[in-house]
Amino acid sequence: MAGWLLVTGWFVLIAAAFAEQPASPGNGAEVAPEVLAAQQQRIEVIARASQAAVAIFAGEAGGGSGVLISADGYALTNFHVVQPAGVAMQCGLADGRQYEAVLVGLDPTGDVALIKLLGRDDFPYAALADSDTVEVGDFCFAAGNPFLLATDFHPSISAGIVSGVHRYQFPAGTILEYADCLQVDAAINPGNSGGALFDAQGRIIGVNGRASFEKRGRVNVGVGYAISANQLRHFLGCLKGGRLVDHATLGATAATAEDGRVVVSDILDSSDAYRRGLRYDDEIVAIAGRTVRTVNALKNVLGTLPAGWRVPLVYRRQGRRYEILVRLAGVHSAAELASIVAGENSKQTRRPRPGPPGTPQPAEEKHEPSGHPVSDQLSAAVKEVYEARPGFTNYHFNTVELSRVARSVAAWHGDSGRGTWVMAGHLGSGEPFRIELADTRATIDLPTGTTSVDASGDLDTNPSPPGSGGMLAALIVWRRLVLEGPTALGRTSYWGTAPLDPAALISGEEPVLIDVLETAVAAVETRVSVTPSGAVAAIDLWTAPDADPCELTFAQALPISGIPAGWPARIEARHGDKLFGVFHIEAASVQAAAPQTDSPADAAGEVPRPVEAPGET
Amino acid sequence: MMQTGKQSGSVRGICCGLLLGWLVVGAAVSAAPPVSPEQTIAGSARCVVKLYGAGGVRGLEAYQTGILVSAAGHVVTVQSTVLDSDEIDCVLDDGRRYSATLLGCDPLRELAVLSIQGEDLPAFSWEQLPRVAPGTRVFALSNLFGVAVGDERVSVQHGVVSGVVPLDARRGAHEAPYRGDVYILDCTTNNPGSAGGAVVDWRGRLLGMLGKELRATTSGIWLNYALPVDEVEQGYRSVLAGQGASPTPTGEAALDSVAMRFDPQLLGVVFVPDLLDRTPPFVESVRSGSAAAAAGLRTDDLVVAVNGRSVSSRTGVQHILAELATGDRVQFTVVREGSIVECGLGPRPALSRKP
Repeated sequence: MAGWLLVTGWFVLIAAAFAEQPASPGNGAEVAPEVLAAQQQRIEVIARASQAAVAIFAGEAGGGSGVLISADGYALTNFHVVQPAGVAMQCGLADGRQYEAVLVGLDPTGDVALIKLLGRDDFPYAALADSDTVEVGDFCFAAGNPFLLATDFHPSISAGIVSGVHRYQFPAGTILEYADCLQVDAAINPGNSGGALFDAQGRIIGVNGRASFEKRGRVNVGVGYAISANQLRHFLGCLKGGRLVDHATLGATAATAEDGRVVVSDILDSSDAYRRGLRYDDEIVAIAGRTVRTVNALKNVLGTLPAGWRVPLVYRRQGRRYEILVRLAGVHSAAELASIVAGENSKQTRRPRPGPPGTPQPAEEKHEPSGHPVSDQLSAAVKEVYEARPGFTNYHFNTVELSRVARSVAAWHGDSGRGTWVMAGHLGSGEPFRIELADTRATIDLPTGTTSVDASGDLDTNPSPPGSGGMLAALIVWRRLVLEGPTALGRTSYWGTAPLDPAALISGEEPVLIDVLETAVAAVETRVSVTPSGAVAAIDLWTAPDADPCELTFAQALPISGIPAGWPARIEARHGDKLFGVFHIEAASVQAAAPQTDSPADAAGEVPRPVEAPGET
Repeated sequence: MMQTGKQSGSVRGICCGLLLGWLVVGAAVSAAPPVSPEQTIAGSARCVVKLYGAGGVRGLEAYQTGILVSAAGHVVTVQSTVLDSDEIDCVLDDGRRYSATLLGCDPLRELAVLSIQGEDLPAFSWEQLPRVAPGTRVFALSNLFGVAVGDERVSVQHGVVSGVVPLDARRGAHEAPYRGDVYILDCTTNNPGSAGGAVVDWRGRLLGMLGKELRATTSGIWLNYALPVDEVEQGYRSVLAGQGASPTPTGEAALDSVAMRFDPQLLGVVFVPDLLDRTPPFVESVRSGSAAAAAGLRTDDLVVAVNGRSVSSRTGVQHILAELATGDRVQFTVVREGSIVECGLGPRPALSRKP
C-alpha cells in the first residue's frame, strides 16, 4: 500500500486537475489527508535521494553533480564533469561535509565517469532502477548542483515528467553520444551534469548530462537528457575495473531503404558480424532483443553496450530470417581513447562543434580551466588508491577487482591438486573421450584420434584438436587459472562484466552480468567468465586477433564425490559457427603428477572412476 | 480526449475516502475507464503528428507539429514557411508516413489545414469546451527540436495555464495578426518544432494548439502560449468553408502560369516581395492618388480576403483578382493593428499588362 501510494502520490497531488475549477489553495478548503500523505511521501523520497547526491568541484575548471551508488563510496557522474579535474576532485554531500574523491573509470563516448569518495564505508546511496520500465509521463526529479549554487552542498531539486524514452542524440565528434536516453522536462541546467534523475520512489533512472539549448542561451528550455540506468549498469563492471572503456560497434553501418527497412549499407570484412554471415543489403530486424525499425533504434541499442560484448542479431535476406551472435568491436582505438581523455581533443570534447541551432550540449558549468592537477599534487589518501597505467584510468581499482575474483575462484575450487587432471566421459554422439591436463602436456583422446599440446611453450601455434580453434590451450589456461590464480597467470587484468548468456539477450530482458578476466599468456589471448560463486563459466581463446576464438562453456556440477570441487559436469566447445563437441564428464580426478613433483598423498595413484552422470544444468 | 464521446460533470472537491487519487477521481468524473497520466499521454500522442517541409536554413526549421482533428485525415497546424513546399511529410505516432496536401490557411489565426489519405486515423474530437482558467494542469505534446523521428513519440511537457490574455506578439518585422485571447503556459513550449503541438488537459481533451515562436511586443520575452481550441476549431471550419466554395490558390495552384495573375500594382498596391510560394500578402506601399490610396489601404496592412474569399498569400490575391472580370468591384478585407478593416477599391481595371 505504501509503495502504491508513493507511486500514485504524484497523481493524488494533481487530482485537483480534474476539477473544472483549478485548485485554489489558501481559501480554507479542506485538503484530503491522502493528498497530504502523498505530499509527505514525496518530501521523504526527495530527502532520501538528496543524501546520495554529490556536488563535484573541479577547482577553477568548474564542476557538476554526481550520485552515490554504493555504501563504500562509488559514485556516477559525467566524463565531461570530471575531465577538467583529472585524477582527484573535491565532493560535497548533503550532510554539509566535504570528501575527497578519486577517478576510477571513464567511458568518454557515453559521457560517463565512475569516481570513488574516500573516507567512509557507510555512505548514503541510491539504487539503479530498470530504466526500460520508465514511461512517458512518469514523475521524475533531478537532484544536482545547477549553476554550482550548492555552497552548503545540499542539492537543488527540479521536478518534472519523462518527456520521451529511447531518444537518440548525436555525438559531438565521436564522443559524448547519448543513445537510448531519457528526455525530461525537469529543469536540467549547467551544473546538473552528472547528477541523478530519480523516479517517484527515489531510484536512479538515469544520469543527467545534456540539454537542448537554443535562442535563450545556456538555460533550460524544458528539454533535458539523461543517460539511462540500464546503459550505466552495462558499463559499471568495466568502469569499476579502472578501465578506459570503449563503446560497441557492429563493424557495419545501416541506412533506411526506400521501403523503410533498415539495411546494412556498409560492412567491414574483418568484423565478427561479417564472419557470422551478415552482408551488404541484409535487413536488420532486431539486435540484443530490441526490434529495429529505424536506424536510430539500431544506434540506440549499440550505444548502450560496451565494446567486447556479444549480442544476438536477427537479420533477413530474401525472406529468410537468420539469428546470429555477434562480438562487438570498439568504436575507437586505444590510442584514440587515450588522446580524448588526455584532452588533446579538448576543444572537441569540452566545446562540441557548433551544430545547427538547438544541438544538445553538455550541461556542465564551465569556467576556463587552469591546468590539470598533476600526480605530485595528489593527497596521500588519493595516492594510496591511484595507479597510472596505459589503457587504464586508475589501475589500482583493476587490482582490487582482480583480487576479488581471485578470492572467489580459490574459494570455489578449494585445493584441486597439482597433478595431472583427468576427465573422461562421452560426447554428445555417445562416443567416449578422455582429457589429460598436466603441467607440461595436454592430451585429448577423441574417436577421431589423439592430439596433444606442449603446455610449457607458446600455445598459438597449435590450435588442437583440429577444428576446435584451440580447445586444449583453453583447458591449459583453465587449469593454470585454478591452480595459480589469475594474478599469476600471465598478463591478466579484470575486464569488467558481460552477459552470462549472450543468447538470452534475445528476450529483450536485461542480462545477468558476470565478471570477465582478460589474459594474455603463452602467445594467446583469452577472456574468462567467472560466476559470482567463483566458477569458471566460459573461456574464449584467440590464437590470432581478428579470427574466431575457441569458445568453451562450462556447465557446473553439483558437488559429487569423485569429481574435484568446482569442476564442470559438461564442457561445450565451439569454433566459429560450428559446435565442435559437447563433453559430458562422467569420471574426473587428479592423478599423481610426474615423479619429480610432490603431489598430495591422497591424490596419488587415484584412478578415474565412473560417477553417476551429473544432471544437465 | 479521443473520440470517446462527450464528458461532462466536474469535481468540486476531493472526497475524503479517496485513496487512489487519479484513478478514483477519473472514475468519479465520468464512467470512462480509469486512466493514468501515462495512458492519457499515450492516447493523446496518437493524434499528434510530426510534419516535415521546407526550411533548414538560417534558423528556419524544416519541421513542426500537427494535430489530427478528423478521422478523414485533417491535420491542423500553424501556417509557416515549413508548409512552403510541394512535399509536406506527415509522420504519425505509429511511424506511418503520409504525404500531406495543404487545404488552406486562416491568415488571421495563422492556422493551416492539411489533409492526409490514410486508414484508421486517430483524431481528437471537438468538444466545445469552455475556456479553462489559469491553474489548469496541462500536457503539451510536440515535435520539439525534431527529437522524435519515425515511430518515436513526440515530446511531452507538463505545466499549468498561467494566464488567459490577448496576444500581442511579433517576431522581427512579423506581427502576429491574431489579437484574441491565448493560453499562456508555464512550461517552455516556445521551441523549434513545437508550433502546431497539442495542449491537452489531464483527461486528454484538446485545449489548444501551440503557437509560433513569437516574442511579446512590449517585453520582448519569448512567449509560451497556445491558441484556445475554440479558435482552432473556428479557423479549421473557416478554411474548410473557404475550401469548398473557392479553393485557396495554394500548393499546385500556386504554380499556375503567371498569366493567370493580376498585378495589384494596377490598383496602386505594392505587396512585400514574393520570395516564397506563400508569402503573406502584406502591403508594402500604396501609390498616392491610386484606387488603393482612395480606399484607405495602408502600409503593413495584411490582406486576408478579396471579395469575401480568404487568401493567405500574395499569389492568392493575384489569382482572385485575375478571376474577376474587368469592372468588377474589388473589396479587400485587411487586418490592421488587430482589427479587421474593409477597403473598397472600386472597379478592377483591365489586364493591361502582365505582372
